[in-house]
Amino acid sequence: MEKKTGEPLISFGLLTEALNLARANSLWPMTFGLACCAIEMMAAGMARFDMDRFGAGVFRPSPRQCDLMIVAGTISKKMGPPLVRLYEQMAAPKWVIALGNCAISGGPFYYPDQYAIIPGADLIIPVDVYVPGCPPRPEGLLESILVLEEKITKRGRLRKFRNVKG
Amino acid sequence: MEFLTQMLGADVARMVVGLIAIIALVSVNALFLIWMERKVAAHMQLRPGPMEVGWHGAVQTVADAVKLMGKELITPTDVDRPVYHLAPIVIFLPVLLSFLVIPFSQTLIIRDMNVGVLLILAFASLTVLAILMAGWASNNKYSVLGAIRSVAQTVAYEIPLLITLMSPILMVGSFSLADIVAAQERYWFVLTQPLAFILYIVCATAETNRAPFDLPEAESELVAGFHTEYSGMKFGLFFLAEYTNMFIVSALATIFFLGGWRGPFLPGIFWFLIKVYAIIFLLMWFRWTFPRVRFDQLITFAWKILIPLAFANLLITALIMKLR
Ligand code: SF4
Repeated sequence: MEKKTGEPLISFGLLTEALNLARANSLWPMTFGLACCAIEMMAAGMARFDMDRFGAGVFRPSPRQCDLMIVAGTISKKMGPPLVRLYEQMAAPKWVIALGNCAISGGPFYYPDQYAIIPGADLIIPVDVYVPGCPPRPEGLLESILVLEEKITKRGRLRKFRNVKG
Repeated sequence: MEFLTQMLGADVARMVVGLIAIIALVSVNALFLIWMERKVAAHMQLRPGPMEVGWHGAVQTVADAVKLMGKELITPTDVDRPVYHLAPIVIFLPVLLSFLVIPFSQTLIIRDMNVGVLLILAFASLTVLAILMAGWASNNKYSVLGAIRSVAQTVAYEIPLLITLMSPILMVGSFSLADIVAAQERYWFVLTQPLAFILYIVCATAETNRAPFDLPEAESELVAGFHTEYSGMKFGLFFLAEYTNMFIVSALATIFFLGGWRGPFLPGIFWFLIKVYAIIFLLMWFRWTFPRVRFDQLITFAWKILIPLAFANLLITALIMKLR
């Protein structure tokens, strides 16, 4: 039987869509930061930018209970194995956002023959959305969450930014 | 209804219908409370909170619940399987049964028992067992530590809780919740028992493991406390039980101190719910404005301050009742 990659054999149609819609609207991130980009992640969770508006503000400390890993910062060689382990401990379905140049490609710490960092989260875990910047602004993180929602529901943009008085 | 009555007899039919109603109430209540908690938290921190999923985030918790149901249920390798699977059920069942005796209005009560208060408090202490089961079975050091803390805390705070409730019971002379509401015909007991009311609210906050007494799940020290290893809907059940517990302690406070369903104009049930949600709002207010206490402070506070105060209150009440 021929099967295109990524297309499930049996589709549950409406149920899957409903589930995906729910998943996209309640992405609980993990309380997990690696370096300076984590500061921007915290800023995105706080009063001014407020990720909770999109249902993504419930930072769960336990990897078992979250859906979204935000790799926020430099992945040193030592942090690599714990990162993979945390990813494996998360319950499926799970998504990963690589926040900042470090998590994308090593950022300012990358040069030939360097020995200290892993240049890119996608070398060790699958990444869904990349957010460039050093550090990206909190708006960047919010945008990446919206893009991830798009990816999960496979529809167009569900919503736009609204003006929220901060 | 008629069919059920014929088949099971009136009493059992009443129980069945009541239980179904309770399950509906518990789920809707938890969904609403979680949304309310997030909104209250957000507004206290000067941010809007859930805004985009439904009107002002109204279906946010529905999305959360559906998502939790669709999540993978992880059973780590080294857990104590039967106990691990049983714990979320054990925490949820007693919570459900406590609703049997709560008078929502003059007529809306499933079963008025003459030991209603004792029933609720007995079921409430089962929660400790479930938490201990969850923490122990998870085979995870953070879970065990969270469970142990929770047991120490709940045992310590159950004593003043019981003793404070004894004072109004002494004034009424009955353990039945309906009788206690009936006795507040002229004035609420919060007027004659203000100290008991304050003590009760403090103990209730600690009993439900909420901030500032949320040491069992202090996330900066213990990851997520006793439910660290639970994922998906199993974790959802713990969440549900926590918020339902909040409803129960607030309902007890309403019945004992705020006159239950009594109030002018509106039907009883509305007054009851308004009062209950007002107290829940108070508990949420505590959570988002007080920092977490240290563990020794927590235990010292219970044994050295709350318990003597509760005893003093009981003694004075008894004395007054005797002299009158
Ligand atoms: S991308 Fe820049 S801000 Fe982000 S962790 Fe790397 S060095 Fe820090």
